[in-house]
Amino acid sequence: MRKIITPQERMAIKRVVMPQLAAEVRTRNFEEVNCGLSSNQAFTEANRCLQCKNRPCVPGCPVGVSIPEFICALASDDVPRSAQILQQDNPLASVCGRVCPQETQCERLCARGKKGESVAIGYLERYVADWAMCHQEKLLPDQASGTTGKSVVVVGSGPAGLTAAGGLVRLGHTVTIFEALHDTGGVLRYGIPEFRLPKKIIDHEVALLVSLGVTIECNVIIGKTLTIAELRNQFDAIFIANGAGLPVMLKIPGENLKGVYAANEFLTRVNLMEAGRSNNSSTPIIKRREVAVIGGGNTAIDCVRTARRLGAEHAMIVYRRSEAEIPARTEEIRHAMEEGVEFVMLTAPIEILATKDGWVSALRCRKMELGSPDDSGRRRPQAVNGSDFEQPAGIVINAIGTGANPLLTATAPDITLNDQGNIRVNSNGETSISGVFAGGDIVRGGATVILAMGDGKRAAVTIDEYLGQHPHT
Amino acid sequence: MFKIISNDNISENLHKMVVLAPRIARSRKPGQFVIVRLTEGEERIPLTISDADPEAGTITLFVQAAGASTRNIVSTEAGGSIRDVAGPLGNPSRIIFWGRVICVGGGVGTAVLLPLARALREAGNDVTTIIGARSSRHIILSDELKRISNALIVTTEDGSLGTKGFVTTPLANLLADPEHVPQAVFAVGPVPMMKAIAEMTRIKAIETIASLNPIMIDGTGMCGGCRVMIGEEIRFACVDGPEFNAHLVDFDGLSDRMSSYRAEETLNFKAAECKIGLTTKPCVKS
Ligand SMILES: Cc1cc2nc3c(=O)[nH]c(=O)nc-3n(C[C@H](O)[C@H](O)[C@H](O)COP(=O)(O)OP(=O)(O)OC[C@H]3O[C@@H](n4cnc5c(N)ncnc54)[C@H](O)[C@@H]3O)c2cc1C
Ligand SMILES: Cc1cc2nc3c(=O)[nH]c(=O)nc-3n(C[C@H](O)[C@H](O)[C@H](O)COP(=O)(O)OP(=O)(O)OC[C@H]3O[C@@H](n4cnc5c(N)ncnc54)[C@H](O)[C@@H]3O)c2cc1C
Ligand code: SF4
Ligand code: SF4
Ligand code: FES
Repeated sequence: MRKIITPQERMAIKRVVMPQLAAEVRTRNFEEVNCGLSSNQAFTEANRCLQCKNRPCVPGCPVGVSIPEFICALASDDVPRSAQILQQDNPLASVCGRVCPQETQCERLCARGKKGESVAIGYLERYVADWAMCHQEKLLPDQASGTTGKSVVVVGSGPAGLTAAGGLVRLGHTVTIFEALHDTGGVLRYGIPEFRLPKKIIDHEVALLVSLGVTIECNVIIGKTLTIAELRNQFDAIFIANGAGLPVMLKIPGENLKGVYAANEFLTRVNLMEAGRSNNSSTPIIKRREVAVIGGGNTAIDCVRTARRLGAEHAMIVYRRSEAEIPARTEEIRHAMEEGVEFVMLTAPIEILATKDGWVSALRCRKMELGSPDDSGRRRPQAVNGSDFEQPAGIVINAIGTGANPLLTATAPDITLNDQGNIRVNSNGETSISGVFAGGDIVRGGATVILAMGDGKRAAVTIDEYLGQHPHT
Repeated sequence: MFKIISNDNISENLHKMVVLAPRIARSRKPGQFVIVRLTEGEERIPLTISDADPEAGTITLFVQAAGASTRNIVSTEAGGSIRDVAGPLGNPSRIIFWGRVICVGGGVGTAVLLPLARALREAGNDVTTIIGARSSRHIILSDELKRISNALIVTTEDGSLGTKGFVTTPLANLLADPEHVPQAVFAVGPVPMMKAIAEMTRIKAIETIASLNPIMIDGTGMCGGCRVMIGEEIRFACVDGPEFNAHLVDFDGLSDRMSSYRAEETLNFKAAECKIGLTTKPCVKS
């Protein structure tokens, strides 16, 4: 039972403040910034929820997490039940609780946010999922049902692939994941830094899948080591979730100078290869006092905060629109500001300048102003004449975006793509080849963890239906 | 884990390693490479697949101990294993019948050249191979190349073996001789060598293909680290290459980017030498 308190009392509770590492401390290490709520904090925050009958927050979540229900269980001090509810809806709750852009999704529609602050749904989700991670024994055993004798192969071990594999193995299918890199997790491991999403969470999720019987093979590049055609012969169905791993180039002079990184390279070196953050790593990373990161998404903020931790005194974001348009999560921007990251807004890079021995010395920039709205509804930046200036920088990181990587699709010409090179799927998530499904960033372009996960969840269901209709091939 | 079947030291710093990697052995084509990571914490580095035995499930690598990572790889003995071997990566070489071809290899490039020269010969080409190094001790794979080439020319800078000088000297002679003018030239080696060759063949409008060796991480086109300018375009050597029309390659840009980590590499190399007891000086790893 939920504690009985008066509506006035409930409304008087203030939104919880996430305990976090002090900025001076965390800019010198890679430890997680948000420390997680205490049980008291979580309980109190859960009691702020009004348990709205019409559940306005739920449509804000791309996978429709039963938000009022899991919060109610938490407020009733029944964390195991809360965890069970959450796990049914979201197998990667400990990840989503940390990285979802809650302010534009569930929390945006929260009734309490109309006047005052929304319920901290993300923090609560993280609390419950983290609790579950440490208290497996208090939860119902998670196991695969009897085997169906059908085999499914999943390409890629990012959130879409991991979720699909989990769903499929629980339905009794034999699941193999092939991953191109030497480790699992996709962007969760090589992209999102430790200080936002500790690697041990991914390790835990992966270990869980393995304990359920999923086979994971790293170092297998579909399209090279094995082809889709070969997989078609060996498995009953395929789920492609190879992400959006292809950097979009800046196309400005100086892009090939020493000290210019594409975000993926910079982040992979530090996150996957542990360059600069483990004495055990022999992968090098260039460090400089001044680092300019171009872009305003989560990737850009991750790069700039990583650069700060690698010792940059001036770590800056160079973004061509204004703060109102910046697409990164609000909390990340706040954390970056606390950490001393500088935001150079309404500024577009036009050239990267070099020292005489070929290293980056500065970014030549042009000031922008906002004109009329473009197709996305955001005001279009326009150059201000005669506003060029030079921003000194020893490293420039290009974080303007990623596209669909053609390595796999180029070797599977039967799979229909759209103009951007993303795989086309029907409403079932099926590609133009029967029995071959796809989801996550390879279908959507660079999107979010929760959308990729949602695709994986849906794919498990539609693949299961497909397998039911198709006897052995 | 990929088991090392054999590891033979065939000349100074050069090891021939046979590694169990059945899927790669089955799917590889000449010109392709693997990305290798010896153990947890080690770098990912590219190595050309020199040969493969699909039946035995093995691939052959020629590894030159150039720095810390390669040194650690070659000092792992047969029976041991490599944690990660991913591939085959890159585009296969475009092997056609050209008629007469000249293959030029310098340094480690000679190892990369071997499968290419072999495939060209098997396609019926008349193959003249030129390899060069600082001195006789650094000449590698000359027996293998001699076997598969119609003619082999060796050059050393100190004259300790073959012709004294650089590979470009015999190449210039061949290009100048109407009886020997090739239809295509293949160049693999240090950037200055490939650049010089590209300049020599450009004026004669002889098709020239260079296999580039920029720094790579994933090898799948994901990180953008291996980018090179080919004409006006940025291309990724791991997925668009590694072989390109040498007349379009920005060799200066390539060589500059390859020096990005020189300071760090030197430190790592010292640490690796120290680890395997090659130096008695105390080493500090930063
Ligand atoms: C730096 C960064 C920060 C981000 N921050 C956030 C955030 O805070 N919140 C949020 O919601 N989203 C964020 N995103 C976006 C989010 O991470 C992605 O939308 C999500 O990871 C997509 O999941 P996916 O499973 O489709 O692909 P990925 O996570 O990209 O995983 C694809 C996997 O497939 C593998 N693969 C690729 N090709 C092959 C092949 N041929 N054969 C075998 N395996 C292959 C890859 O190596 C990779 O492991 C961020 C993205 C980046 C880059
Ligand atoms: C497509 C390709 C095929 C190759 N094939 C072979 C081969 O068959 N046999 C062989 O012995 N070598 C080969 N190399 C070169 C080999 O990858 C490098 O010698 C090796 O990475 C050096 O690492 P190190 O730590 O031992 O030396 P380091 O001291 O780190 O570097 C020595 C030299 O190698 C370059 N290098 C360093 N790291 C990388 C990296 N991750 N990728 C590419 N170059 C790097 C450096 O710029 C430097 O010039 C190939 C390279 C490429 C790109
Ligand atoms: S998964 Fe994301 S959007 Fe959905 S409720 Fe949780 S935090 Fe909100
Ligand atoms: S809208 Fe907010 S207050 Fe209402 S049920 Fe959802 S989380 Fe609770
Ligand atoms: S090595 Fe990463 S894109 Fe080529």
